[in-house]
Amino acid sequence: MTQLIREMSNTAQRLGIPLGVQLDLTYRCNERCVHCYLDHDDHGEMSTAEIKGLLDQMAEAGVFFLTISGGEILMRRDFFEIAQHARSLMFCLKLKTNAVMIHEAEADRIKALAPESVQISVYSHRPEVHDAISKLPGSLRRSLAGARLLVERGVKVIFANVLMRNNFQDYTGVQKLAAELGAQYTVDPTITPMMDGDRSILNLGIGQAELQQVFRDSSLLGTSPEEFCDLPKGPLAEADAMETLPCSAGHTFCYVSPYGEVYPCVQFPLPTGNLRSTKFLDIWKHSPQMNEVRSITVNDLPVCSTCSHSSGTCSRCPGLAYMEGNMRGPSSQDCEKSYTRTGVVTAGMMAHSKAKPADGLVQIHLASNENVVNFR
Amino acid sequence: MSAVYIARNKEVAARKLGGEMMIMSGRDSTLFSLNQTATAIWQAADGVTPLAEIVTGKLCAEFDVDPAVALRDAEELVAGLEQHGILKVSNVPIVDAQ
Repeated sequence: MTQLIREMSNTAQRLGIPLGVQLDLTYRCNERCVHCYLDHDDHGEMSTAEIKGLLDQMAEAGVFFLTISGGEILMRRDFFEIAQHARSLMFCLKLKTNAVMIHEAEADRIKALAPESVQISVYSHRPEVHDAISKLPGSLRRSLAGARLLVERGVKVIFANVLMRNNFQDYTGVQKLAAELGAQYTVDPTITPMMDGDRSILNLGIGQAELQQVFRDSSLLGTSPEEFCDLPKGPLAEADAMETLPCSAGHTFCYVSPYGEVYPCVQFPLPTGNLRSTKFLDIWKHSPQMNEVRSITVNDLPVCSTCSHSSGTCSRCPGLAYMEGNMRGPSSQDCEKSYTRTGVVTAGMMAHSKAKPADGLVQIHLASNENVVNFR
Repeated sequence: MSAVYIARNKEVAARKLGGEMMIMSGRDSTLFSLNQTATAIWQAADGVTPLAEIVTGKLCAEFDVDPAVALRDAEELVAGLEQHGILKVSNVPIVDAQ
């Protein structure tokens, strides 16, 4: 993050401005990715007029970064009308798509939108692996064709590679493919539970050994593995913990669903209001749920505030914690990541092992401290 | 000397945040923060009002500055913003600016 963006974010935080919004236009999709957390049926999407009105409200509220996503954005026949309206309001526009429906004409129109970036999901460089995940035969070929058309027009393309057990071995292939095409590459090892709370898709996620490999691959980290995997510096001092916010969700960022529901983040399904009955800024400023989220500092997290990882080696997601039942609690997925990253047990793992001293657990004593962690 | 016309580049992202105009270049995603004077010029850049008129009508009216100095500074600023793809500059009115 550049200094100016950090300053911008601080100003937005101080003034209570929603600097960034992700707007999902639809949950409908032409792919059926095995790890997708969405229900793809249309339960009453906002109309073109409703969305354009919302964009007006968001511009008025000070939103600068607007990510338009889905579902597949091009499943909406009015996508370009909506996106052109967003462009006219001078948002910093980021698009997320699978690019399957991008041909010459769509590529030209996307170029004209001057998006900051277009993020395209690519799971593997091998069609048989990618298409098995997307469940759409020929999808890798079509996604890459769409990506090429955008790159040729000078649009910044980013390949987003969600890592799962069945495509983990291919991420270097996707990296190479991105480099050959002139696209950027980003990796995500997090699988999000289904919106209805079903957590079974988490089984698709990579294991600790694979995650360890990711955390030691300097091409993915943006820093050295030694620095990234350094030991945690201990819990935050109380004064810092009272000042430190868990993340930008509800503070400078929120998420809007195709049905007009507003949430603190795409990965934080706490309903805070609906745009069909309440103005965007009223929800942002006055929703009790949104205000509760933004009242929480690290000091208010009973387990995580005591954790040695709270000083920086944990990027705890309050949304994932919420989906586990407590937005002030630890997120087991993030605890696992912090543990894998540093080899040091988190307070959340300790609390979990105390709460569930179970049969069939293996206790591993770690030399680096007195903690004990249990693995099933 | 011929008139200079300036228009906001439609490919940038822009928003006023806490009194400061934040602009992201569509060319390379560089983020800029404009000061009050630059913000006034940016907001007045409608493609049809000559820069000299913007300076006398907006800047000199709003800020206590000498018109000749203000125009020279404005020309420099406009050249910089053009270089970064934030403003379009022309010797004739830019009719599709709105």
